Amino acid sequence: MKKILFLALLTLSIQGLHAQNRWFTKEGTIVFLSKTPMEDIEGKNYQVTSLVDFSNNDMAFSLLMKGFQFEKALMEEHFNEKYVESEKFPKATFEGKFVCSQPIVPTMAGEHKVTVRGKLTIHGVTRDVETPGTFKADGKGLMTGTATFTVKTADYDIKIPSVVRENIAESINITVKMDYKAM
Amino acid sequence: MKRTGLILLVLLTGFSVQAQDLLDLLEEQQEEPVNYTFATFKTTRLINGHSVETNSEKELLFLISHRFGRVDGGAAEFFGLDNATIRLGLEYGITDRLGVGVGRSSFEKLYDGFIKYKVLQQKSGAEKFPFTVTLFTSAAIKTVDWPEPERENYFSSRMYYTFQALIARKFSEGFSLQLSPTLVHRNLVDSVKDANDVFSLGIGARQKLTNSLSVNAEYYYIFPGQIESLLNGEKVENSLSLGLDLETGGHVFQVHFTNSRGMIEKLFATETTGSWLDGEIHFGFNISRVFSLGSPEGSGDSGKGSKKKTETTSDAYSQPSSN
Repeated sequence: MKKILFLALLTLSIQGLHAQNRWFTKEGTIVFLSKTPMEDIEGKNYQVTSLVDFSNNDMAFSLLMKGFQFEKALMEEHFNEKYVESEKFPKATFEGKFVCSQPIVPTMAGEHKVTVRGKLTIHGVTRDVETPGTFKADGKGLMTGTATFTVKTADYDIKIPSVVRENIAESINITVKMDYKAM
Repeated sequence: MKRTGLILLVLLTGFSVQAQDLLDLLEEQQEEPVNYTFATFKTTRLINGHSVETNSEKELLFLISHRFGRVDGGAAEFFGLDNATIRLGLEYGITDRLGVGVGRSSFEKLYDGFIKYKVLQQKSGAEKFPFTVTLFTSAAIKTVDWPEPERENYFSSRMYYTFQALIARKFSEGFSLQLSPTLVHRNLVDSVKDANDVFSLGIGARQKLTNSLSVNAEYYYIFPGQIESLLNGEKVENSLSLGLDLETGGHVFQVHFTNSRGMIEKLFATETTGSWLDGEIHFGFNISRVFSLGSPEGSGDSGKGSKKKTETTSDAYSQPSSN
């Protein structure tokens, strides 16, 4: 019985250690830009939640589509109602891993180039994505993760009516910036 | 020993599950947001009457409304198209909830001005409320020449006032329903048998067919016994309208059939004389165009958190050239 308790405690303590390698934010920024000769449409979300586990290089992101802010109210309405259908698909998520040439110690200052791979879900459609990214630790408890990549609206079954096709780009640039703190 | 192994296995399994479901862990950290219902209707009008929608802050809406003559005029009148009345209107959002507007109708040379305020908003999620309530009031001046210039005519006799409570619920992504208790006050009426205050109840609905197209219906029921006089020899009827909304970018096109000739409350909620059964219906359309006169500031009532201001390059979304 003692042995079992010991094992249980050991496992729990490993979990405890494990959790200390988790870094978290709920005020991450994701900006998307649709650039066409007709106009640029930019949506900004400042309430992205994200978790990175530096012990096994797992990472996850989640955001509410309705959290995107636009320059014009009509853009926001059309985005939510007609394109991403936020009532039906309220969230976008990413789940994956990053690869780095050496293990990252998030408490030590330094900059690390990484490759992120995983599954991105938007508008109810999940696709594999891969993008280069950067982790930059300031050594004072702040870890900043950044990445820029492109998604195609068609890949996520987002239908653009022909009348506005010239106003909305086929490929959308996505910029990610997360300021993580240890959990 | 077997038991130890089992417990160990359970603990280890628990451990690995925890490691895998980072996303679940993340979602637990998210607070449930307040979900404000948006786009209950496509635009500020259902067909003739106002919808609960108001213009967003600093948005200017230009609205052109046309009603042609009665289709029962036949080929001689080109099914009513020879004869059109028009209303030109401008509406502006002072805030996301408060709006003002002016308009001018060719029929009776009417000028109207209104104030519209969204008092309550339908919402779900962390806070819940089942419907949206918008209060509406307008004043209209009939500037057409007096029919009897020889009698003493007062300026006040040109005035009409409307008060409405617009109550709407978006039941699903596609279906919205609105009730519009309405009071139209007329300073001058034809005879003592006619009420100065006419109460009616508007009922309107829309069903989306696609994300850009919807079918709308609107009915104004005038409570009986209020209007006895004939208007140009015809009985006053309840207003019934059926139409389609088509949205493209910043435009909303509304095409409809209605037995009302006028496009403001005083005209359609007290002076509709067409009868659907007799083919006395009008073809009509509304075209609206939204112009943004600046970015909204502050988070307003949209229930969002911190809003960081950054430079934006986009300007064309609401410019006519973008279409």
